[in-house]
Amino acid sequence: MKLVYLDNAATTKPRQAVAEAMLPFLGERYGNPSSIYSIARDAKAALDEARGKVAKAINAHPEEIIFAGSGTEADNMAIKGVAYAHSRRGKHIITSAIEHHAVLDSVKRLERRGFQATFLPVDSYGMVDPKDVEAAITDDTVLISIMHANNEVGTIQPIEAIAHIAKNHGVLFHTDAVQTTGHIPIDVRQLGVDLLSLSGHKFKGPKGVGALWVKKGVKVERYIDGGGQEGNRRAGTENVAGIVGLALALELAAGELEQETARLTKLRDYLIKGVTERIPHVRLNGHPTKRLPGNASFCFEFIEGESLLLSLDKVGICGSSGSACTSGSLEPSHVLLAMGLPHEIAHGSLRLSLGHETTPQDIGYVLEMLPGIVSRLRAMSPFGEEVSSSSACSCTQEEHHLVKSHQS
Amino acid sequence: MYTDKVMDHFTNPRNVGEIQDADGVGLVGNPICGDVMKITIKVEGDRIKDAKFKTFGCGAAIAVSSMVTELVLGKTLEEALEISNKAVADALGGLPPKKMHCSNLGADALKKAIEDYIEKQGKDLPESRFDSGQGCEDS
Repeated sequence: MKLVYLDNAATTKPRQAVAEAMLPFLGERYGNPSSIYSIARDAKAALDEARGKVAKAINAHPEEIIFAGSGTEADNMAIKGVAYAHSRRGKHIITSAIEHHAVLDSVKRLERRGFQATFLPVDSYGMVDPKDVEAAITDDTVLISIMHANNEVGTIQPIEAIAHIAKNHGVLFHTDAVQTTGHIPIDVRQLGVDLLSLSGHKFKGPKGVGALWVKKGVKVERYIDGGGQEGNRRAGTENVAGIVGLALALELAAGELEQETARLTKLRDYLIKGVTERIPHVRLNGHPTKRLPGNASFCFEFIEGESLLLSLDKVGICGSSGSACTSGSLEPSHVLLAMGLPHEIAHGSLRLSLGHETTPQDIGYVLEMLPGIVSRLRAMSPFGEEVSSSSACSCTQEEHHLVKSHQS
Repeated sequence: MYTDKVMDHFTNPRNVGEIQDADGVGLVGNPICGDVMKITIKVEGDRIKDAKFKTFGCGAAIAVSSMVTELVLGKTLEEALEISNKAVADALGGLPPKKMHCSNLGADALKKAIEDYIEKQGKDLPESRFDSGQGCEDS
């Protein structure tokens, strides 16, 4: 059966060249970069080269890059590291309600350790208002952490505007760029942030490796203790193969960013237009234009996300949902709820995230299969009979307008 | 994570629909929690002649609804009331632990439908075996 993989926000298929570049470090080139003999120096040289590639891709200095075990670890390191390093100056952290749990739960843990936190709301597009950030800053604020783009709904946040505010108030600013690195241009100087997290497997690199960029001079308390690796900032023998893979994947992604962004944006909009035109009672989640090139997120009324995913899987389409069943809790996605969607609508969410392998034929196949799957599930739903009656729709006029304006 | 039997009932659900002149209607669940089941029954004598379901919910919820309608066909009301949520899950070869509470409402919906039938007949309700909690935490 045809396999249409549209869950690239979850993970991506590693490039062949990346896998090949990693292999020697799982074999002959096995040296520990911290040792002094020749095979160790060889590994150290590979590590240095990788660090240089990552730095170049985001316009940073190589010594500002700290490799970590994942994007999640980089987020933890940034938030806890900054909070503990600056706790004598203040104990207030500002973040948003739609962050990844790597950020949210790090901040919540700090709350339980005597820090105070503000979780900023978002608008119906999932956008943070920089004015809200400014209003939340107190004399006690030491860190702001706002994601570059949201993983579920794809909305790209006004990072530069927030960075400007953070700078004016002398507050450090971290951004979780796990969804954007390798997908939209990242220039840490231009963004104006102080810390930035990224993850290898989101841009066709390997899993189990991420990085944190920390601007020179920014103090971060060490999060993992042990040896003096990564400039004494993150202990543990480096995952040389993974780091080499991450760096090459990022270099290759950066090299084709412009054309790939254009290609994916076109495919994404074809998908969004097709879905909203062919299926009634659907809404696009996230901002219509300020969104990741590969992200299409919808809510289908009257049906539930997991049964939608299972049905899509039956025809070879891989997607994801923010329904309670798939979020692993009893609540649907915190992101969709923060955007003001009612629970019963949030349960019917579907995220299709496009990637390097996605073709127009793939999107055509989804547009061919999805309407039938949705109507089949709606026919099974006790609310399905309401589909034909417009008055039964529980969405507000504004929300109707959102869907409609997108259709036009 | 689902058994073949669950996937079979999800993919080819039995008895989907709604009996128009139903003798009993049972509705349980809560759209806020993501699971709502509606079961309609037709009763002849003291036996369930027909049962149909409509469900808003995950794969388990749909499979459970399908299975309970299949289990109940031809049963007496007394026998039908003996069907437990656990028995439905067992008939499906088990459900993931997480699904046992939120999605396993088939027997509750059936009991509600029987209760509705009995009420409409003006008969005495059997000792209450109904516990249809409306919170998402448990049911």
